[in-house]
Amino acid sequence: MRKPYVRPMPGTWYLHTWAYRLFMIREVTSVFIAAYLVFLLVWLYRLGQGPEQFEAMLRATRSPLSVVLHVLALAAALYHSCTWFNLTPKVMPVRVGEERLPDLLVAVAMGYFPWIVLSGLLVWGALR
Amino acid sequence: MPDQQVTLSVFRYRPGQDAEPVFQEYQVPYHDDWVVLDALNWIKESVDGTLAYRWSCRMGVCGSCGMMVNGVPRLTCAAFLREYYPAPIRVEPLANFPVERDLIIDLDGFLEKLKSVKPWVIRDGVDSATNGEYLQTPGQLARFKQYSMCINCMLCYAACPVVGLETNFIGPAALALALRYNLDSRDQGNAQRQQLLGSDEGAMACTFVGECTTVCPKNVDPAGAVQQEKVLAVNDWYYNVLVPWGKR
Repeated sequence: MRKPYVRPMPGTWYLHTWAYRLFMIREVTSVFIAAYLVFLLVWLYRLGQGPEQFEAMLRATRSPLSVVLHVLALAAALYHSCTWFNLTPKVMPVRVGEERLPDLLVAVAMGYFPWIVLSGLLVWGALR
Repeated sequence: MPDQQVTLSVFRYRPGQDAEPVFQEYQVPYHDDWVVLDALNWIKESVDGTLAYRWSCRMGVCGSCGMMVNGVPRLTCAAFLREYYPAPIRVEPLANFPVERDLIIDLDGFLEKLKSVKPWVIRDGVDSATNGEYLQTPGQLARFKQYSMCINCMLCYAACPVVGLETNFIGPAALALALRYNLDSRDQGNAQRQQLLGSDEGAMACTFVGECTTVCPKNVDPAGAVQQEKVLAVNDWYYNVLVPWGKR
C-alpha cells in the first residue's frame, strides 16, 4: 500500500545552511539599495525647493544616525554588487571558439573593472 | 571487523506501520575506504534487512543513490565515512520529495517535469533517413555538452528551496535539460519549449540561490542554465511585444 509521507518545509528554512543564509543576505541588501534610491529622490526634491531647503537637508545628512545608515547602505551595496558580479559569468557565459572563458575573467571584465574605472572617474570628478 | 565504529542515524518510514518517520541508529564498522552506501549495504546485509533505499552502480554514474547526508544532498556512493568520522552521520531521503518508504523518495513528479520540457531533438516536419545524419561541429557540441551530462540524481531538487516551496516549479535538472536541447544545433523545438520555460513554473520561478550547481556531482551547472533561460525568456517577451507581426 502506497502512503507517501510529505515532510513539511519549515518556515525558517533559510536559516538552516550557510548557503541559504548568504542567499537571504544578498536578497535583503536590495532593500537598502531601494531605500537609498528613495533617499536620492528626496535629495532631488529638496534641491528643487531652493538653497535653504537643500542646506537643511545637507545638515541632517551629517547627523550620526545618517552617517551610520550611510555606512550600512554602502556595505549592503558592496555585498550586493560583488555577489552579482560573481554571478554574471553564469548568466552570460562568454565563448571564444569551443572554449568558455574563465568565470573570473568575465566577472572582472564585465563587472569589477568597469565598476572601479567608473568609481575612479566619479571620485576624480568630485575632488578635482 | 575493525575496532572503530561509526554511528549512522537513519531515517525510517514504514507506511502502514509508522504514522510519522523515526530515526534509527546503527553501529557500523568504520573503514576509511567505505562510503555511506557501503555502510547502508552492511546494515541491510548484517543487521536489518527491512531497510529500503535505492542504489545501483556505486560509482557515480547511475544517479540512484542520492540522499541527504548530514542535511546535504549527496550521492552516497561518493560520500566517504572518513569525511564525517568520528561524528555520527545522519542519513535521510532527498529533501523536497514525498517519501515512499525509508530512504526511497517518490520521483513521479520529477519524471513528469522532465518529460514536460520535451527533452529530445525536435525537427520541423519529418526528415527522411536517406538525408543522412545531422552534422555538428565540435564548437556546436561544446555549446550544450555540459548540460547533457546530467544523470538525473535529483540532488539539485533536494538543494533548491524553490522546489520545496513551489511544488509546480519545473526545477533545475529539467530546465538545464531544456537548455541542452535548445542550444543543440540539430534541434528546432525552441518555440515549443518556450511557453513552458517562460511561464511562472519555468525559469522565472528561480531566485538564483545557486545551490543546485553547488551540489551537482557532474558539474552541469543547472543554476547557470536557468539564468540563461531567463535571458532568453525576456528576449522572447520583448520580441513578441515589439514585433507582434513576427512569428516566433
